[in-house]
Amino acid sequence: MVRFIPNTGKQREEMLDFLGISSEEELFSDIPPSLLLQKPLDLPPARAESEVLAQLKAMSSKNAHAGEKVCFLGAGIYDHYIPAAVNHIALRQEFYTSYTPYQPELSQGTLQAIFEYQTMICELTGMDVSNASMYDGASAMAEAALMAGAATKKSRVLVSRAVHPETRRVLETYLPLQGLKLVEFGLKNGVSDIDDLASKMDDDTAAVLVQNPNFLGSLEDLAAVGDLAKTRKAMFIVSANPVALSILEPPASFGADIVVGEGQALGNPMNFGGPGFGFFAVTEKYMRKIPGRVVGKTVDRDGKTCYVLTLQAREQHIRREKATSNICSNQNLCVLMATVYLSLMGKKGLQEVAEQSMQKAHFARELLLSSGGFRPLSDAPFFNEFALLSEKPVAAINRVLLENGFIGGYDLSRDFPEFPGGWLVAVTEKRTREEIERFADCTRRVEA
Amino acid sequence: MKRLEPVIFETSVPGRTGYSLPALDVPHVPAESLLPKEMLRKTAASLPEASEVDVVRHFTRLSQLNFALDEGFYPLGSCTMKYNPKMNEDAARFPGFAQAHPLQGEEVSQGALQLMYELAEMLAEITGMAGVSLQPAAGAHGELAGIMIIRAYHHSRGDSKRTKMLVPDTAHGTNPASSALAGYQVVEVKSDARGNVDLEALKEAMTDEVAGIMLTNPNTLGLFEENIAEMAEIVHSRGGLLYYDGANFNAILGKVRPGDMGFDVIHLNLHKSFSTPHGGGGPGSGPVGVAKDLLPFLPVPVISKRNDRYVFDCDRPLSIGKIRSFYGNFAVLVRAYAYILSMGADGLREAAHNAVLNANYLASRLKGSFLLPYDRTCKHEFVLSGKKQHDEKGVSTLDMAKALMDHGFHPPTIYFPLVVEEAMMIEPTETEGKETLDAFAEAMLAIAKEAEENPDSVKTAPHSTIVARLDETAAARKPVLRWRPAE
Repeated sequence: MVRFIPNTGKQREEMLDFLGISSEEELFSDIPPSLLLQKPLDLPPARAESEVLAQLKAMSSKNAHAGEKVCFLGAGIYDHYIPAAVNHIALRQEFYTSYTPYQPELSQGTLQAIFEYQTMICELTGMDVSNASMYDGASAMAEAALMAGAATKKSRVLVSRAVHPETRRVLETYLPLQGLKLVEFGLKNGVSDIDDLASKMDDDTAAVLVQNPNFLGSLEDLAAVGDLAKTRKAMFIVSANPVALSILEPPASFGADIVVGEGQALGNPMNFGGPGFGFFAVTEKYMRKIPGRVVGKTVDRDGKTCYVLTLQAREQHIRREKATSNICSNQNLCVLMATVYLSLMGKKGLQEVAEQSMQKAHFARELLLSSGGFRPLSDAPFFNEFALLSEKPVAAINRVLLENGFIGGYDLSRDFPEFPGGWLVAVTEKRTREEIERFADCTRRVEA
Repeated sequence: MKRLEPVIFETSVPGRTGYSLPALDVPHVPAESLLPKEMLRKTAASLPEASEVDVVRHFTRLSQLNFALDEGFYPLGSCTMKYNPKMNEDAARFPGFAQAHPLQGEEVSQGALQLMYELAEMLAEITGMAGVSLQPAAGAHGELAGIMIIRAYHHSRGDSKRTKMLVPDTAHGTNPASSALAGYQVVEVKSDARGNVDLEALKEAMTDEVAGIMLTNPNTLGLFEENIAEMAEIVHSRGGLLYYDGANFNAILGKVRPGDMGFDVIHLNLHKSFSTPHGGGGPGSGPVGVAKDLLPFLPVPVISKRNDRYVFDCDRPLSIGKIRSFYGNFAVLVRAYAYILSMGADGLREAAHNAVLNANYLASRLKGSFLLPYDRTCKHEFVLSGKKQHDEKGVSTLDMAKALMDHGFHPPTIYFPLVVEEAMMIEPTETEGKETLDAFAEAMLAIAKEAEENPDSVKTAPHSTIVARLDETAAARKPVLRWRPAE
């Protein structure tokens, strides 16, 4: 008997009797007999809880992880500290075992948490309206580009080469679906080349897409890109690092129409890449064009303040093929974790996380440059991640680092053949001076 | 006692903090000397200022305003609110899973790759498909990937005239929305009097401009498409492909497989049939599976096994590409893997048996008091109509759904599928015992009686929830989508 199935044999017989049938097989008599499976599925035999946990523990131990190794790898997913309270709240059954809050009388907890999340995202990005989240940062960017295509009725989307390579690949998948053409503009000194962008802009440009800090860690000149977009009436879409937004001027100040990004850094574990969540925020003008769920404030019959899913006339379950997107779910539990995280860190804490990450990253870069074997890829300002050009093979450096208990930086040559020896290093507030010094020291020991 | 909770911004106290960080141990350089002044934030984001105690109490109180599956019966049709095993939460939090970085490299991620490889193999066996990608983050995302695969398949054969996708009138809203997003014109196909897709209508619609058909089987009426073999023949004979929406897969686990029914592309909802928690609306996971001829089109990377090592295979020129970053909602995959290991083949079949038995029992108990428009053996769910109560007493399905809350139950899915007026779509799942079904049936019968004798009391329900019915019109007309300090 399976422990998740309460009915006993006796109860099943009682129910069959009530239905006036003699066997459960009769309940499947509407399936053509020739299609019914004639043998059991070929799966491993059922195992007890202790056995399953032991097997999974053994599998998990074959992975390197930031709990036992010191992580200097970022490239979109970051090893920030997560306060214990975040996981404890996420494990409350009221949050994780409930469904989408379609019945607001029974879902005020989830609805209010989303409303608070939307407020926090608006505060961080400077935008007017946030949805309840998307699958991840990459698909959020793709949906933003599709939204720009629909809103402007133009067909070209310009993307910076310094947007995350995974995001650019997702854009390549999504945009042709709606007849949009993706055009890449290049880099100069590790940031978007404004001249190249200007030369590629035309009146059929629906949107300009940049990431800040960009994939190489450098900070973009958002004012310049935004101005260019405006002159051609293209929408300006920025993918932002939400932790950096606590100390960087928000994209809204530079005229962004849509701000998206990967939210994992806010209180979510790295989870081998998922789930995290994508945030998606727009100016008021585009409020009714956004994809996904949105929570609004209202009152109940007795005048009590409460919250409800709203603007649903955009969504697939109402509009079907005319919906603004096919998206149904949000990454709700991940968003809850981010909301708890942002509440704990608060105004000052998130700034301190950003500040410490930035200070330590600058310290690490100086140390690596002074230890020899590296040149800067760029001298543009950066936040918590930076790219170097290594004289020694990056694979060899990372191998030595791994042997010494580190998860090393990202090998940029995988996505940027123009940067042979390119190495992207991320430093969060979790890293200590001692770890950074040992890390730099290890790179020195690598054979050329 | 449950109370409404002010938003956290309102209880914020300047100077309070809920975090601790070690002191900075590298030399501090003023931000102004690291970054240009115009890049530095001028006005701090107004995040809350609260102690850890404040934050924990706030979110604990908020949680108490939710109804959830661990508390009681949650019979949402097509949502498969089955119990979420606790063990799975522990497994997903093992540091080797939760704290692994997606780009740390194949060599030091063999456990994660093995888990994904084996889960994909198990799901392929369970569905009868040749291969499965775990990348889609949710059901609708899986649909999009699947339709793109269909599109890529036709295009690879130089067949670009197919611009339409067939969708039955009982389909989930995501089906037409996903088809439209993928650039297809949606053509709706009618259902017949037994609740099956109308074969004549299908024949008529199935031209050489049609790329395929999206089907849910059992469909959203909870009924098995009895003519599935004929439907597959009609669609395939005119060059179309069959897409299987796995939202209702729980009914047929271990009984019949989409691959054997003739489906070419499928998606599954791991947060439905495979017990991963819904999380109040995500994260989910929507793996997509394909028949042999469509393997080259799966999203990249595909996880392969070479000489006992697991690798990311990205060299797939016909692939539709990537539909999200990295490999999928990995932590959700861990839970589904743990679930399948716990259940085994017999357990999964038992789940289907109990889910279907529970649904038929409940339908049978309720059909005397509510209309059951399609009165035949159902699978994991059934659809009642509140039309009788609506027409005779002015009590709508919405009213009755709200009244269920006063009886301690979550309402079923309502006003869907669209082909049933005043629809109530009820899915008990296998993780409820007969006592729960009986208690729910008693509540439904009591509501039917109340609607008869005292309709106003039902029309004003719920009476016991933390808030009464909400003004949804006002919320949409003048949207307030974020908190702002009082003027």
